[in-house]
Amino acid sequence: MAEISALNGGAPMPRGPYISMITNRTMNLLIRAAMLFMVGVFLALVLNLLQVQRNVTLFPPDVISSIFSSAWWVPPCCGTAAALIGLLYPCMDRRLGEPHKLKREWSNVMRCVAVFVGINHASAKVDFANNVQLSLTLAALSVGLWWSFDRSRSGFGLGVVIATLATLATQLLVYNGVFQYTSPDFLYIRSWLPCIFFAGVITVGNIGRQLALYEYIVSQEKSHQD
Amino acid sequence: MVHVHFKEEIGIAELIPLVTTYIILFAYIYFSTRKIDMVKSKWGLALAAVVTVLSSLLMSVGLCTLFGLTPTLNGGEIFPYLVVVIGLENVLVLTKSVVSTPVDLEVKLRIAQGLSNESWSIMKNMATELCIILIGYFTFVPAIQEFCLFAVVGLVSDFFLQMFFFTTVLSIDIRRMELADLNRRLPAEAGMPPPKPGPLRPRETPPPPRPSPHTITLQAPAFRNLRLPKRLRVVYFLARTRLAQRIIMVGTVIWIGILVYTDPAGLRTFLAAQVSEQSPLGEAGLPPHLGVAPVFPGVDPTSTLSVLPAPEPTPLPENQSQGHRAARPGVAPVSSPQITWGPEDEELWRRLSFRHWPSLFSYYNITLAKRYISILPVIPVTLHLSPQEAIDTRHPQDTQHAPPPSIKTSDLQTDLTLYKVAALGLFAGVVLVLLLFCLYRVLCPRNYGQNGVPHGRRRRGDLPCDEYGYSPPISEISPLLLRGHSMDIECLASDGMLLASCCLAGQIRVWDAQTGDCLTVIPNNGLRRSSSSGCWEHRDGWDHISACEAEGLLGADFREPGGSMGGPDVDIFPIRRRTAPARPALFGDQPDLTPLIDTNFGALPPSHALGSSGFDFGGLVEKAYQEHEPSPTLAFPPSPPATQQRRRSLGDQPVLPPELPPQSSGDWDSSVWAMELRGNLIATGRSSGKLELWDAVEGSLRCSNEDGLSGITALAFLNNRIVAARLNGSLDFFTVEINKPLGLLQYRGPPGRGSLPPSPCYSSEDVISCQLTRSVQCAHQKPITVLKAAAGRVVTGSQDHTVRVYRLEDSCCLFTLQGHSGGITAIYIDQTMVLASGGQDGAICLWDVLTGSRVSHVYGHRGDVTSLVCTTSCIISSGLDDLICIWDRSTGIKLYSIQQEVGCGASLGVISESLLVTGGQGCVSFWDLNYGDLLQTVYLGQSSEGQSVRQLLVLDNAAIVCDFGSELSLVYVPSVLEKLD
Repeated sequence: MAEISALNGGAPMPRGPYISMITNRTMNLLIRAAMLFMVGVFLALVLNLLQVQRNVTLFPPDVISSIFSSAWWVPPCCGTAAALIGLLYPCMDRRLGEPHKLKREWSNVMRCVAVFVGINHASAKVDFANNVQLSLTLAALSVGLWWSFDRSRSGFGLGVVIATLATLATQLLVYNGVFQYTSPDFLYIRSWLPCIFFAGVITVGNIGRQLALYEYIVSQEKSHQD
Repeated sequence: MVHVHFKEEIGIAELIPLVTTYIILFAYIYFSTRKIDMVKSKWGLALAAVVTVLSSLLMSVGLCTLFGLTPTLNGGEIFPYLVVVIGLENVLVLTKSVVSTPVDLEVKLRIAQGLSNESWSIMKNMATELCIILIGYFTFVPAIQEFCLFAVVGLVSDFFLQMFFFTTVLSIDIRRMELADLNRRLPAEAGMPPPKPGPLRPRETPPPPRPSPHTITLQAPAFRNLRLPKRLRVVYFLARTRLAQRIIMVGTVIWIGILVYTDPAGLRTFLAAQVSEQSPLGEAGLPPHLGVAPVFPGVDPTSTLSVLPAPEPTPLPENQSQGHRAARPGVAPVSSPQITWGPEDEELWRRLSFRHWPSLFSYYNITLAKRYISILPVIPVTLHLSPQEAIDTRHPQDTQHAPPPSIKTSDLQTDLTLYKVAALGLFAGVVLVLLLFCLYRVLCPRNYGQNGVPHGRRRRGDLPCDEYGYSPPISEISPLLLRGHSMDIECLASDGMLLASCCLAGQIRVWDAQTGDCLTVIPNNGLRRSSSSGCWEHRDGWDHISACEAEGLLGADFREPGGSMGGPDVDIFPIRRRTAPARPALFGDQPDLTPLIDTNFGALPPSHALGSSGFDFGGLVEKAYQEHEPSPTLAFPPSPPATQQRRRSLGDQPVLPPELPPQSSGDWDSSVWAMELRGNLIATGRSSGKLELWDAVEGSLRCSNEDGLSGITALAFLNNRIVAARLNGSLDFFTVEINKPLGLLQYRGPPGRGSLPPSPCYSSEDVISCQLTRSVQCAHQKPITVLKAAAGRVVTGSQDHTVRVYRLEDSCCLFTLQGHSGGITAIYIDQTMVLASGGQDGAICLWDVLTGSRVSHVYGHRGDVTSLVCTTSCIISSGLDDLICIWDRSTGIKLYSIQQEVGCGASLGVISESLLVTGGQGCVSFWDLNYGDLLQTVYLGQSSEGQSVRQLLVLDNAAIVCDFGSELSLVYVPSVLEKLD
């Protein structure tokens, strides 16, 4: 998944014939992509830290060094994926023309991010009886996240598709030995991975939509000041 | 055997996610409270909102610990999530709702209306959140259960605080704002009892007849007291004397005093800690102050006390308790105490959070950072001990302590605590709701807070409303109805100062755009000549009487040559309102008799015209007086061909049959198809192809041109040039020449309106001639549908799918823009050379006027694009599919769209950079362009159904004019007015 997304991210954007449009649109896109990338990297690092914390009792020493215990290319991959998804969501909204039902506000987006981090936190800190319970709880939480902050069919579909693909890709990577979990409990990770992916897609999509709206407002304000 | 490792006290690994969650929390609070608007003190309300949430959380923790729940979660970690789950949404919705109630109401009524408007959504939100949390509760994961418990209790107490704390703060804030507003707005009329907010302006026409629904007539309080029920009098007495508050205050003070006297929370434990550290046996003073351990706040000391003695290395307290339990009934023999050691005792310490260990060891001055605690399995050792020996081995201070409460009961208690507290929370919520309901039933008068119209929440699809489902108040903006036309209004033109309108009967009226006074009436000239009935003579005479002084003053104007029509002055019929400036003040309460003045013989039924006893003017005037309150519409049935003509001139009827002759009395007599107004000249294009120039103030025909024979479908009047588009696709350029060059540039404008752009004034002495300078015969292959001129360019759109750009000075064609696959239906061009065009294919093209290239091309509508407006950053288009789309101008991305009612107007206007006006079914709606919110809906008439707004014109002074059947409506937008100041 990571390689594919990296390829897509590096591909040149389709360019229109008009200069004024190019500067505006590509700048807009680039800024949005950069912000989403940073958000993705940041979230990946922080959430990785949370997952490391879970294993603190098992692997006592060097917590700091264990931040970077996973491969270096994981955060950039997450960032790229975030940028892609965040740009994909407004694009799909435009194509499908589905009117948004919920009010688009930064406060809602912040709430969404907080709940996402909370889901991660819960999956990291809370002791579940078994993996089925963990999976069910996380799935319920993720769907609740979607229902409270997205509620669009396209968002749900995209989330499910991307979560499935991402889980498959991760499993393939692990199977081929490119990447391995720090935790020996393999089933545990597999049980929360799809739900976390789904919630992440919804969150990043929300941010992307808000950014797409925000660029417009900023440009308008700027022109107003001129 | 269990090893517990304690990491560093503040590890970076733990700190980073924690800090992240707090940053997200602060961002959430910031973005939420930023939305609080239209209040006196934004900061104060934001603080109140945050305090509401925080104190509800505190209440939740307090209640939970009061009922014996031991918090095991790290409070600092779950705190942000609790805040986010409880949320600030309800508070903000409440603020918005209350703020958008009518300003002229009393504060308590505003609060009541705002609360009742949002009651459903708040209750729904709360029920949804409670359901979600309850679902979370049944995951049977202890940590999540505890979290959910806190959240449920927090939600309920948050609701409580919203109702009783935040609403109070809000009402105080609103009262402050109201006082400040009234002081600012009405310095002179401060003594007047019913202060009416809003711009006070002199009105000539009577104010809109709709009764203002929000004025509340309250009787004097003495009178009201007479018929109050007894229960209300009791309540009023309590409220007046503030008995409850005082009792509560005194009680609180007493309670605090007792608290300080019995247990000074900080002092006594501190002293005890000091003593216990100095005493050789620190263990002795241990149990009482375990609860105030700094690690986890809010722990009830007694609850820890009951659990804690279990893990002590000596089994002594265990034996103690057993012994006491056995001894108290007096049945069990003292000599053989039942000592049992079961698995439940072994598991007892597991109930303890690991976080108890650091606090425990901190009493021994041992830090646990980076260390392990190993809890070894318990090995029960049997030791027979007589009670006397046990008492002897006891520590001497042990007897001073009360025996610890029975462990069995606390065990059971902790087992059931979660469920008990959950049930309690639910029960408390239900009781709260029921209590409030009963209070409302008992205390409130029947129609408390309901005396406004139910404007708050509209049914979805009823009228456009924003996402919270209510439209903001309607009392701020009141439309000014300009009455006088007898038939539907066809053309509308304005230059900011004057407003010219032309109805289907061919009558042109000129209004003052500031005050709404009717300045001039120009009747249809053709009817005059063709009619010779007695009725006209009667009217003629009456009219002359009514305007006798005007005639005396305007003798010279009557002798004005009538241009190429060659007729004498009979054509011209001026009625000068300017000569009687005192009229608005004197006759403000009189009905507008102007509809009686004009004649429309083409539409009058012949039986009426041939009345045997002439025309009964007394009856007519009586009728007008009777119809003074409702709109005086004369019942002229609009004839179907006339309607067709209107549509043709609007340009939204694509196929223009040229064989349709004008339908009026004479076949040379023609109707007005297009009209433009610049300065004080009105240019009218008629269906006969005649171009006429009228003086707007005096109502005299200054000049006319009959060079073309095909009907003029569109006109543009810019500088001193007039461009006329004809039905056969040709385009004529005229030049208006004034023979007295010195008089050309007198600028008209009363003092005090200097901010408005002055318009050139042609004095009445000038001889104005209108010369055809160039005629482009085949400008388009098909009829020209749209003609717009701005910035020295003339842009025409036609049925032949092309747009052409002409230069105004030399009338040469610069570009032919091709790109549409249908006829052009809408064009927008403004001073900054932005050119947008919309066609029947639903496409919108944006062109570069300098190079003639297409900048962007979007498909937005199913069906014709009916109207286009641009701002500096976006394009607004409306189509036949009743959709209003807002596009980003630079990128061509559709930002959002507004679905309107079916048949809702194609009329659009942009007042400022962020304010959009749309015409609807009997109303005008104001939208915030940035967010797509409906700001306000202004109803033009009492009957909101039926007439729809077809044309809408935005004037320079932030007023909008729209046609509304046979009436014009002038709507001022006060907020924008303030902004312009």
